[in-house]
Amino acid sequence: MTAQEIFDILKIRFGDALIEEKLSAAGGSASVGYAMQVWINIAPDKAKEISFFLRDDSAMQFDYLSCLSGVDYNNGTLGIVYHLSSMVHKHKIVLKTFCTKENPHVQSVSDVWGTANWHEREVFDLFGIVIDGHPDLRRILLPDDWEGNPLRKDYKVQEFYHGMKVPY
Amino acid sequence: MIDLTMLQPPTLPTDYTVKLGHTKTSTGKTIRTEEMIVNMGPQHPSTHGVLRLEIVIDGEIIVDCIPHIGYLHRCFEKHCEQMTNYQQIIPYADRMDYCSAMTNEWAFVLAVERLLKIEVPERVEYIRVIMAELQRIASHLIAVGTYGIDSGAFTPFLYTFIDREKILDLFEMTCGARLLYNYIWIGGLSHDLPPNFIGQAKDFITYFHPRITMLNDLLTYNEIFVKRTANVGVLPKDVAINFAVSGPQLRGSGVNWDLRRDDPYSIYHKLEWQPQIGKGEVGTVGDCWDRHIVRMREMEQSLNIIEQALAALPEGNVKAAIPKRIRPEKDAEIYVRTEASRGELGYYIISDGTTSPFRVKARGPAFVNLSVLPEIVRGGLIADLVLTAGSIDIVLGEVDR
Amino acid sequence: MGLLDQRFENGNVFITSLDDLLNWARLSSLWQMQFGLACCAIEMMAASASNFDIMRFGVIPRATPRQVDVMFVAGTVTIKMASRIKRLYDQMSEPRYIISMGSCSNCGGPYWEHGYHVLKGVDRVIPVDVYIPGCPPRPEALLEGIMKLQEKVRKESMVKKRS
Repeated sequence: MTAQEIFDILKIRFGDALIEEKLSAAGGSASVGYAMQVWINIAPDKAKEISFFLRDDSAMQFDYLSCLSGVDYNNGTLGIVYHLSSMVHKHKIVLKTFCTKENPHVQSVSDVWGTANWHEREVFDLFGIVIDGHPDLRRILLPDDWEGNPLRKDYKVQEFYHGMKVPY
Repeated sequence: MIDLTMLQPPTLPTDYTVKLGHTKTSTGKTIRTEEMIVNMGPQHPSTHGVLRLEIVIDGEIIVDCIPHIGYLHRCFEKHCEQMTNYQQIIPYADRMDYCSAMTNEWAFVLAVERLLKIEVPERVEYIRVIMAELQRIASHLIAVGTYGIDSGAFTPFLYTFIDREKILDLFEMTCGARLLYNYIWIGGLSHDLPPNFIGQAKDFITYFHPRITMLNDLLTYNEIFVKRTANVGVLPKDVAINFAVSGPQLRGSGVNWDLRRDDPYSIYHKLEWQPQIGKGEVGTVGDCWDRHIVRMREMEQSLNIIEQALAALPEGNVKAAIPKRIRPEKDAEIYVRTEASRGELGYYIISDGTTSPFRVKARGPAFVNLSVLPEIVRGGLIADLVLTAGSIDIVLGEVDR
Repeated sequence: MGLLDQRFENGNVFITSLDDLLNWARLSSLWQMQFGLACCAIEMMAASASNFDIMRFGVIPRATPRQVDVMFVAGTVTIKMASRIKRLYDQMSEPRYIISMGSCSNCGGPYWEHGYHVLKGVDRVIPVDVYIPGCPPRPEALLEGIMKLQEKVRKESMVKKRS
């Protein structure tokens, strides 16, 4: 199933929860490796509903969440990118969802795919995006009392942490 | 001086209350026990690095297991954004999964090459496959050797490291480094193969075939080892897919999925080989023994691949024509996944048109494979925890990045 | 018995200073704590495996800080890990030695500039006796480091009063 067909089905079913579809600049080649370029933009508060549909619908069966990454677009927008693939139909799709820096809230998909649990904790840790409905939202890589979210573009590293100098 | 008070508070997720439990004794009597929290790591010889496990036990039964990671968080993704060009990132990619550096740098280089739409010469593809499969054998040898130690057998470790040193000698004559190579570059390789490489690699193949049989006799079919690992730490197929487990762990659960075949890259489609899956020969499908045997059989398959690639190695250049400054298009992005030694290694790269990437996300297989550990060990015996954690074959450099 | 075998008759007397005797005993059995952190840990494992055989130097890996003389800090020390290293160092009994193996634990290594979570040198937390450069150092370099530590132990005095 191509991304366009998936988008059309989602459009009929969810309507306004989808915002736009975009062909990325590097796309264009149709070989297998290049197929993950087309992405679908979904509303952050509908992420779980759409994910359940994508996983359970017999034509979709996106049972494998390859990767979940947070991105800071350096223009006041944060985003989460989901790379999905299906072991049954061997097709892939990329979902993106955006939120603002002032109100960084995205719905959790860890009920849908178990692997999202740790990935979402990492996004919370490094980007400060609050994942609504996550069962165990704590920092995963950095210590609990660390200041700031390191992968945000405006991050300034703290001088001291419990008496240890952090910069060189 | 640093402040040690920060070590004290236990970091359980919620307000964990210790409950009274009931354990059955061997005579069938039920005795009242109390739940206890045991801390394992980060300095523990069996956690394969600086992993910390917080285990809630009721008698001998594991009620819950909470992994704490991040003790080796080396800010890989920040470094990618801060470097001045793409080539500089390759050494950092090496240091992510240090047991299997070749496959790591290959995955990153492949992602950048696809972003730039570069085709590399065929000789380069063959050499990369040879290197990656040699690295897979070396990495599995560490996994098998240390798994022997986990199960109480020290001797296999000594044997596997002899064999691994032979592979490292091959790497050393090729690029000068033993562990972290910086050999695979964007658009090619740093050096061509040295003249006597092919002969020595062929010698290694003839040497290593009987060594696999010996290792199997020594460890895999050892009765104690089989009793220790069969039916232990069973990971069912559906849980494995739901947790996006990959590599030998996924195949050990009986899922026939190998990215070298199912999402082909490089020249793997030209070579003859079979993905190995666990069949539950001594116990249940997806137990620790299945994960172990998948690794052992994958080494044989890797030898086959190397043999074919060496025979078909074409002549030619080892550097493609690439622009002097690597500068992908603005807003170009790609996710490329490859089959590293531990499973699906993916790089998600976003470019902003400059010489350094805007964002790089590394999807490490060990990170994802480890996240399923609580599901496997819950309800099992505490004595089996080390074996189950060892069978996942984590590398903390990749878990924490 | 090696060198001493069949060289002396029965009933011989050796004259040496107490310091030399104690130091000889100490430097020939430097027990090591198994403390691999990152990439260098693999080279440390290689050093203790068959080809390099670190046990020739009397270095035996132990899993607990209470039984060891020397700790190899092999790999990148992160800020989350630093307090644990400090605690493990405190648990070691005197006299204790630290070998810092690899660039990361010497000075932060390749992570010195942008590694916000990397401690730039383990000597910011605990005192170090021998630094081994390299990223990662070869097992031979680790053996050299042990010999350097043995030289240091040989020059020490256990008998004299310390100021």
